[in-house]
Amino acid sequence: MSGGVDSSVAAWLLKEQGYRVIGVTMQIWQSEDPDASAAEGGCCGLSAVEDARRVADAIGIPHYVMSFRTEFKTKVIDYFTEEYLKGRTPNPCIACNRYVKWESLLRRSMEIGADAIATGHYARIRRLNNGRYSILTSAGMTKDQSYALYALTQDQLSRTLFPCGDYEKTQIREMARQAHLPVAEKPDSQEICFVPDGDYAGFIEKEAGDRTPPPGVFVDRDGRELGPHQGITHYTIGQRRGLGLPAGHRVYVTQIRPETGEVVIGENEDLFQSVVKGTDVCWMGMQAPKPGEEIPVVAKVRYNHPGERGILRLLEDGSVVCTFERPVRAPAPGQALVFYGTPETMREELSGGWAVLGGACIA
Amino acid sequence: MVYLDNAATTPVEPEVIQAMLPYFTERFGNASGIYEIASVSKTAIRNARQKCAQLMGAQPEEVFFTSGGTESDNWAVFEGAHAAGEKRHLLTSAVEHPAVLQSFRALEREGYEVEYLPVDGEGFCLPETVEAAIRPDTGLISIMTANNEIGTLQRIAQIGGIAKKHGILFHTDAVQAYGQIPLDTEELQADLLSASAHKLGGPKGVGLLYVRKGVPLGSRQKGGGQERARRAGTENVPGIVGFGEAARIAGERMRERQERVSGLRDLLLALLTDKIPNALLNGPAAYGGERLPGNLNLTIPGIEGESLLILLDGQGICASSGSACSTGAAEPSHVLTAIGRSPEQAKASLRLTLSHRNTEEEIREAAEGIAAAVSRLRSLRES
Repeated sequence: MSGGVDSSVAAWLLKEQGYRVIGVTMQIWQSEDPDASAAEGGCCGLSAVEDARRVADAIGIPHYVMSFRTEFKTKVIDYFTEEYLKGRTPNPCIACNRYVKWESLLRRSMEIGADAIATGHYARIRRLNNGRYSILTSAGMTKDQSYALYALTQDQLSRTLFPCGDYEKTQIREMARQAHLPVAEKPDSQEICFVPDGDYAGFIEKEAGDRTPPPGVFVDRDGRELGPHQGITHYTIGQRRGLGLPAGHRVYVTQIRPETGEVVIGENEDLFQSVVKGTDVCWMGMQAPKPGEEIPVVAKVRYNHPGERGILRLLEDGSVVCTFERPVRAPAPGQALVFYGTPETMREELSGGWAVLGGACIA
Repeated sequence: MVYLDNAATTPVEPEVIQAMLPYFTERFGNASGIYEIASVSKTAIRNARQKCAQLMGAQPEEVFFTSGGTESDNWAVFEGAHAAGEKRHLLTSAVEHPAVLQSFRALEREGYEVEYLPVDGEGFCLPETVEAAIRPDTGLISIMTANNEIGTLQRIAQIGGIAKKHGILFHTDAVQAYGQIPLDTEELQADLLSASAHKLGGPKGVGLLYVRKGVPLGSRQKGGGQERARRAGTENVPGIVGFGEAARIAGERMRERQERVSGLRDLLLALLTDKIPNALLNGPAAYGGERLPGNLNLTIPGIEGESLLILLDGQGICASSGSACSTGAAEPSHVLTAIGRSPEQAKASLRLTLSHRNTEEEIREAAEGIAAAVSRLRSLRES
């Protein structure tokens, strides 16, 4: 329970449905400076814990705070920093779900006698006709969170509940009001929880210290120097704003080269790719296919991507390649390629959603 | 419920509550007034000061009431350092309570140089370690009397003697020791000593700082002239009365309680080491007389302390991992890492602190419950 609306209503719904519920707030991140963390009131600060406790009291369930700071530091923060240093665009929520929530939290919940864990994610778990567990995109596609959950294993899914998945965000907020939960009017959290001010480059500089990449130069696709930049960690693929280049027309970051410190600038059309490769593949709604087998999918290359039809193939080296019908814009190395089955491709009713077949890390 | 977290706090003794009650209602006067009910309050404070002083062989005028142990520690460390003037090198130990440690951290930001002295495997900050660290510009030494996590009783008299020999101000945080074991400020040679009421059956929100006569300690809380102008603010009369009564009772019954509590503690240790393979005792041996009577602290390899506490809570057993942050989450204890435990071992720890109210039956029940929870956790880890 983060102290936000979604996890609060998730707990309340379960209690209403007759489950024996134990509230847990994960302490994952806290600024070293007590004054700063109080001001930020971030998702793991004292005020978040206090909110979660008030909700637990209102619902009438026990509540505990568990520390996951060690796991969060190594599996999420260090990963986030290292990826940026390599010029990639990490997705810390996926790492947190995979290694902190569904590994450490699930294990510790089993230890204290729980049968399953539940979160406030907007996603639905379904057992498909092929017998495998999958995550369906949520009923309200506007706040679908299936993308960040692709790495969950069959065993983890069998011990997971998503009480909010059948509802829209507006309905969840309405339920919070009706149940008089003290966080009903709390605004949605934005940005990455451990970088509440959104200044990723500043955060990485603090974490990386001497290893922070120095300023470098912008180049065009032919290698011509266009001017100085602040260091590769200040940029992501597809970025247009804040480049400080007098181009006369819109230009974008199309590539980041950590080995030379160059940031490549190009046109919007340079960002489009029809073939996206993924490594570290996880299979969810299907078993790993035979290499070369053609699997029709809809795939997303970032969290808010609407999804694009394509054909997925497993390669001999264990990676996957997705060939899209229409090129996708700005697939960034480090983000996830998440592939879904639709009612048409699966010949299965999916309650108005798609089913996660698996995912991979964009190479 | 089996309550085994007496180092965190204790219930208020019934006699203490009775003594306090009139001071909420008919004897509500502000001790600064000139009328009858004001002087009733003044007398009550004087009597309490006498009782609190007596428990540590001090003079009443050396006792200053505060809002608790943390305020006393802050006052002693900040004003102790300031009183030392140009001597800006300060010594403390790595295993102090956060009320002391965080005060020293703040002083570092003021430009002081602070050394956090290491401790040995049982948590002792050895007198020779202290002496070796002393420099001509050392202005303050602060070493706790008894450790709140692992119960180590520091050799305070020796350390106090060293401080005196070198003419250095000496503070000891005695929050865990005061009322539990005999203390004598003369013998300890302490200039400043902190204590708190709620650790010995008194109310929360009241503590004291002993300031040896003649020590030029400045005030931290400014305002009216209460506590002989050393600690301003209307006196918490009911709290102070309760503290005095708790101190009186603790003094009278100290010997019998000490025997009872250490007997129960030894029984619990024997039961747990018998039922839990590979449990390690943190801190000094129970029988050597150098450990708080009610303190037990174990590292139980192969478990997560946090999960164990939650399972025990489910059985009505109140225990602790020794260090909890304000949110209630357990972090690896700085005390356990200072005595050489790995962060992993530190997280696999359990602190049980007993009181005279515990019974043998409770101890046996708790031992059963703890052993069962541990074997559950260990079997899950192995599978």
